[in-house]
Amino acid sequence: MSEAVTAEGSQTQAIQPRERRLAGFWRRFRRNKLAVFGLAIVAVLLLTALSAPLIAPSDPRAQDYALTLQPPGVGGLMGTDSLGSDVFSRVIYGARISLMSSLISVGLALLVGVPVGLTSGYFRGFWDEWIVMRVVDSLQAFPFLILALVIAAVLGGGLGYAMIAIGIGFVPAFVRITRAQVLSVRGRDYVDAARAIGTGHTSIMLRHVLPNSLPPLLVQTTLAMGYAIIAEATLSFLGLGAEPGEPSWGSMLFQAQAYLTSAWWMAFFPGMAIFFAVLGFNLLGDGVREALDPRTYD
Amino acid sequence: MAMLEVNNLKTHFKTQDGVVKAVDGVSFSLEAGEILGIVGESGSGKSVTALSIMQLNPKPPTEYPEGEILFEGQNLLEVSEKRMQQIRGNDIAMIFQDPMTSLNPVFTVGNQIREAIRIHQDVSKSEAQEKTVQVLRDVGIANPERRAKEYPHQFSGGMRQRAMIAMALSCNPKVLIADEPTTALDVTIQAQILELMVGLQEKYGTAIVMITHDLGVVSQLADQVMVMYAGRAVEQATTDEVFYDPLMPYSWSLLRALPRLDTAGEVRLLPVKGAPPSLIFLPEGCNFNPRCPFVKDECLKIDPDLYEKKPGHTAACILSVEEIEKNKSRVDAELGVQT
Repeated sequence: MSEAVTAEGSQTQAIQPRERRLAGFWRRFRRNKLAVFGLAIVAVLLLTALSAPLIAPSDPRAQDYALTLQPPGVGGLMGTDSLGSDVFSRVIYGARISLMSSLISVGLALLVGVPVGLTSGYFRGFWDEWIVMRVVDSLQAFPFLILALVIAAVLGGGLGYAMIAIGIGFVPAFVRITRAQVLSVRGRDYVDAARAIGTGHTSIMLRHVLPNSLPPLLVQTTLAMGYAIIAEATLSFLGLGAEPGEPSWGSMLFQAQAYLTSAWWMAFFPGMAIFFAVLGFNLLGDGVREALDPRTYD
Repeated sequence: MAMLEVNNLKTHFKTQDGVVKAVDGVSFSLEAGEILGIVGESGSGKSVTALSIMQLNPKPPTEYPEGEILFEGQNLLEVSEKRMQQIRGNDIAMIFQDPMTSLNPVFTVGNQIREAIRIHQDVSKSEAQEKTVQVLRDVGIANPERRAKEYPHQFSGGMRQRAMIAMALSCNPKVLIADEPTTALDVTIQAQILELMVGLQEKYGTAIVMITHDLGVVSQLADQVMVMYAGRAVEQATTDEVFYDPLMPYSWSLLRALPRLDTAGEVRLLPVKGAPPSLIFLPEGCNFNPRCPFVKDECLKIDPDLYEKKPGHTAACILSVEEIEKNKSRVDAELGVQT
């Protein structure tokens, strides 16, 4: 009797669950129009970065001293800068630098922060309490940009070091979020059950604790990408990131400073690019958080 | 030599308020194929005893100041964590109270059972898969090939507990510790799960430690019963002896507090008054004296050990067998119990 019932019950649940979970996520995400807008911005940004050579009308590094400071319309879509480079091409290529540096810096932060937070939160004890968390505390005592500035200054200039500096600046937040999540997951029954069946620590951490700790990390990753774009632009603006000739939005702003009153387009377009890129990632991150939040489930 | 022998086990938790003596000198032994029931109120140390055997109590704050847990002659309190991981699941398995939360939601049920098999057995993925389907069939899950591919949220509570039992039995352990396996299930499912466990125990000869606060479950299944109170064993005997002739006032009060269908309306129930004592500040004398219906002056001074009152029947009470019997029949007469 009971077997017949269960067999029938399973008939009604033929849909693949993983698919269903993803579909549910997408449905909840889609309801938030702003989040979809954010996703669209990020998608456009990504496409632009990938196909920059196809879109850009000219070499972003090419300089033409005969055509300096041309306003938009006359000197291309967004005008030319003080060295005669095409601002439109530079903004397009800037998307590459911005995306790449945010990917690399956030990737670095994930690579360091997640394993540290995971092992520290899982094993607890002296290392967790007195070494890892106190180092994280002291790193977090510095304002993020000051920290990145100091690290970039110590390591030396250049875009690569700027990315490392931004990544290190993000590490404390990732350690904290991972650890907090791990602390709650490690006490769940299925972790005890896994231990009772003889599962080793590494396997428990990777199979049981980490996958169940991911949702808040996903949100943090998206939001950090947006913040990394600002950080990269700021470091480049201050001369600690991309070289002045490189088409980075931050260094374009720096270059535009002297011409703010005479050539507004030099600052306006890279500024808007930064604004939209960061807005896109923030809206996307908010949307992901809302879609993952069990309280918004229907 | 007994398969599992626990001698004077003490499990203490060091806290800021003092030492919690969660288990304070418990001994029992379990032969192959035997079912031992451990009963007691919440906080009496049943689960901590189980977790001590599995060595799953968090350290710190757990300490084992005394005692030994001998599994096939080796003391589990002294083996390395590495060795313990080999024993867990393979030799001693455990199922937990709440099947709703005992499975990892991100993996399929089959995946989780397969991993449990592959931890202990050197088999290929497909062999493990076969074995997974077989154990799921063993525990009565219909259509096991397809069910193995489903996620825990697609299983009902009873099916999840079946899956947990399947996982626990997948490596043919010699001892199965069941920590209130039916508490979270409704009554009809409870009966099915218990029947299943007995069936598998008979088939594989697994020894079972059944932890519960449900006296009905124990009376149906167990060969031996250990009653725990405030971290100690207060009565140990065969199931029949404990149920028909309890020699510790606590076990007796538990039975008199239990409503029975056949005497409903005729017999008054005797509640066990008060609450279990704090394990940090235990009462003077016998731990049970503030709640004992037969208490006398000596009970406030003397803390009784577990005495053998009748052959093979031990109880922790300073009253003699005659005194206990006299008290029992006096109160029974007041309650209207026919004996």
